[in-house]
Amino acid sequence: MTILKRTPIYEEHIKLGAKIVDFASWEMPIQYEGITDEHLTVRNHVGLFDVSHMGEILVTGQEAIRFINKLVTNDVTKIKDNQVMYTLMCYEDGGIVDDLLVYRFNEEKFLLVVNASNIDQDFDWILNAAKSFRVQVENQSNYYGQVAIQGKKAQAVLKEATKTNLDEIKFFYFLDDVEINGIKCLVSRTGYTGEDGFEIYAKSDQIVNIWRTLLNVGEAFGIKPIGLGARDTLRFEASLPLYGNEISKEITPLEAGLGFFIKLDTDFIGRDALREQKEQGLTRKLVGLELHGKGIPRHGYPVLNEAEEEIGVITTGYMLPGHENPLALALININYTTLGEEIKIKIRKRLVDTKVVSKKFINKNYKK
Amino acid sequence: MKVLENLYYTENHEWVRVEESKAYVGISDYAQHSLGEIVFVELPEEDDELNAGDVLGVVESVKAASDLFVPISGTVLEVNEHLEDQPELLNEDPYQNFIAVIEISDESELDELMNSKTYTEFCDE
Repeated sequence: MTILKRTPIYEEHIKLGAKIVDFASWEMPIQYEGITDEHLTVRNHVGLFDVSHMGEILVTGQEAIRFINKLVTNDVTKIKDNQVMYTLMCYEDGGIVDDLLVYRFNEEKFLLVVNASNIDQDFDWILNAAKSFRVQVENQSNYYGQVAIQGKKAQAVLKEATKTNLDEIKFFYFLDDVEINGIKCLVSRTGYTGEDGFEIYAKSDQIVNIWRTLLNVGEAFGIKPIGLGARDTLRFEASLPLYGNEISKEITPLEAGLGFFIKLDTDFIGRDALREQKEQGLTRKLVGLELHGKGIPRHGYPVLNEAEEEIGVITTGYMLPGHENPLALALININYTTLGEEIKIKIRKRLVDTKVVSKKFINKNYKK
Repeated sequence: MKVLENLYYTENHEWVRVEESKAYVGISDYAQHSLGEIVFVELPEEDDELNAGDVLGVVESVKAASDLFVPISGTVLEVNEHLEDQPELLNEDPYQNFIAVIEISDESELDELMNSKTYTEFCDE
């Protein structure tokens, strides 16, 4: 029997009437009032997410930079103290171990924030990779709780709760001595919705205080708690990848359209495989699709060409609030990836017409 | 949760209202509540001949697609086309908005279904 884990904010979710689901062995709120309402709340106002299930792995030591640059695809020598970088970890064959955020405190101290579903396998992977480096690797996932405040009014709400001048925290930077309601927090200007916002880390026994404080001061700004349902529709609309959907062990970052985060001139695990893939040319690529028939494309549904041959698979699909047609992300044969290409999706027994469109389903509202 | 008397119910949370030889089939209040916001309904075709337990259609919420099973064998006489443009009607009033009407071919199959009292107990379990 699997005992499901609960975040320190679990009891608050119950009080707020959340519908709870099993997510990566955590009991998490999928929604409170409804996914559509929560999605639009974040787009138009501000929403608060419990993301305490995310994993935090601390890497310290003399060779921290050298080690992390071996571990991840992006070039972490390029970031300064208090800066955050999005990157991926790959297997030798170029498949993806996970995507993550790297927080640089100083040249000997970094925090890696990984997906909840991958914490154990990531930690093992990192420990193993660290063997030949002078670094210490600690899994601090139980030490940290985390909430995310996202949306146009995120800064306005957070401003009510702290004396720190939030303008000092630029896009993809953080401060680790922000005080909220007397509690010391790490606050970064990052998130997973395509909106401006902050991710806030505090000790796990204090995070519920931060949660309550932000809901209280945010009331005047229309803040609402947001569940994992809207977290997924928002990240999908912003065309951000989800591990297990757009990225996985079987998919390389180049295929997933994440080449920007791959620095092939650095020496990371999987580099040779990705260099070779780039030289030889991709055989498949992640695209956006828009449907022009009835039905909703779901993860795993086959994509077909005119001759009804299978050319790929849907990675995520939704009927999103505010969009006229259902949208999807799909990993398909490179020959069909031109914008405007007309292909088909098999939805149960029916073939539905679809067209390749830009993955920019919305314009992102990051405050840079 | 609303359960109407004088309807039959299934373990998959469909309801059946019998009018002479016709069976109106829909989803229960419990079902619409569990599914959350319904954003798409795939209806059967008129004249489809179905056996009890066959897939009648698909109801999709924001998150997932759920098969809808026909509780009773027969021919599809009518489908509720309003649901194609307004799937949210199933959330608003699941009992007023049937999904399909079936010409019943074997009335004895109704005996297999739950009444409102048994169904209420079933949902409470």
